[in-house]
Amino acid sequence: MNPAIHIANLTFRYATPPVLDHVDLEVREGEFLGLVGPNGGGKSTLLKIVLGLLKPESGTVEVLGKPPRIGRESIGYVPQFATFRRDFPISVEDTVLLGRLGKGGAIGPFGRRDREIARQAMREARISDLHGRPIETLSGGQLQRTLVARALACEPQILLLDEPTANIDQRGEMDIFDLFESLNQRLTIVLVSHDIAFISKYVHRVACLNQTLICHQTENINGEIISELYGEPMRIIHHNHG
Amino acid sequence: MDFLASLADYAFLRNALFGGLLASAACGLMGPYVVVRRIGYLAGGIAHSVLGGMGLAYFLGGSPIWGALAAALAAAMIIGWVSLRASEQEDTLIGAVWAVGMAAGIMFISRTPGYNADLMSYLFGSILLIPDRDLWLLASLVVLMGLVVTLFYRQFLAIAFDPEFARIRGVRVELMYLLLLCLVALTVVVLVQVVGLILVIALLTLPAALAARFVRSLFAMMVIATMLGVIFTISGLAVSFQRDLPAGATIILIAGSAYFIVSLAGPLTRRIGSR
Repeated sequence: MNPAIHIANLTFRYATPPVLDHVDLEVREGEFLGLVGPNGGGKSTLLKIVLGLLKPESGTVEVLGKPPRIGRESIGYVPQFATFRRDFPISVEDTVLLGRLGKGGAIGPFGRRDREIARQAMREARISDLHGRPIETLSGGQLQRTLVARALACEPQILLLDEPTANIDQRGEMDIFDLFESLNQRLTIVLVSHDIAFISKYVHRVACLNQTLICHQTENINGEIISELYGEPMRIIHHNHG
Repeated sequence: MDFLASLADYAFLRNALFGGLLASAACGLMGPYVVVRRIGYLAGGIAHSVLGGMGLAYFLGGSPIWGALAAALAAAMIIGWVSLRASEQEDTLIGAVWAVGMAAGIMFISRTPGYNADLMSYLFGSILLIPDRDLWLLASLVVLMGLVVTLFYRQFLAIAFDPEFARIRGVRVELMYLLLLCLVALTVVVLVQVVGLILVIALLTLPAALAARFVRSLFAMMVIATMLGVIFTISGLAVSFQRDLPAGATIILIAGSAYFIVSLAGPLTRRIGSR
């Protein structure tokens, strides 16, 4: 069986120094992987390569055994907020429906089956009651759930989440991680975060990215690894969530 | 003279009315995209470059509308192509296409022997002089636009809202963007006949911007913007006919007044409401 994501000997650079230097990573099917690392460490670049938006200089990238530009059809991608304008005139339901792009029919307005799947995705993300709301009226947590629902409407096998809790308060953060945990029962999840201490409670494995990649089981994360990754000693913060 | 009564008597007035309705449909369809994508300046560049095409057609003795069509599509492709390849130069390029198009147009018109009365009507519109055959061309353009917008509704929505996500979902973002700009170019050609190329941007953006204040979906914006377009063009036409005023300018002043009144009334009513 193909791994969900297979990356071997991947190198990528924008200018002279490589952003990603001989990276190997294998995400197994059904896994919940945390991808952490300092800003500028190449996390977003790696995501863009997996999504087929950037071409690597060398190395292999496969999504479900296919090249990214084909395999990405099975990826549900949840971006950080910044990729669109909050005041765009669009409702929650229409935003989620856009997840149906590339599935089913290709032309005309979305059909009944697309609407059914979008509604199911909204139920799963627990935002059904918001369906008619313009997105500009949503709170950070509600918008994030809308984006998760849009990703689910793609009927994905893999979820890619880029800093999904950057704009959410702590209470909302725990709620949304509970959602990811339940989605992980049927989906492979790769979650990008800078908050290694918090996510280690949820993920199976942490991949630490700073040009090169070091993988760890969550139980092995200690101060030494974190300082190796960030280049300076850091304190591990113990979270005690209920 | 009564506008409605005169409609029955004068064919040119019926043509003007029909032209106004077509312009309303065009600005209703494409205005919302221009407003939400914030490409009003780009549309302005296309509109002004049209003079180059009209001038050339005039110089060669052809029908200006075909020259307008060719120039608008060419300008849209050039600006679109460069904005996709080197977006940092987009501003400069739009300014260049804008001015060079107008300069070329004026050059051609000045070199054309005969009486150069058409310049003002290109600039400020000549809705009362639309010939029958142009009307048919405009009608087919509007039908074509409606067809393409319906066909690619989800793709256009996706690239206007979140191009990165659209690309990941397999939408050919560049191609769709160029197609969208071509539709904007067709809209410009339709609107130029009614209000002239200088006033095009107002009719393209004001109804859609007004609609955005009342509704929160692209489709609803199209419906409301079309209705507002109808109100502005017909009332403008009627007022200009009865008072003997230039039609294009009257239409734009009515649309502009509505926009300013609503923009000012919005915060005012909110303040009163919150008391």
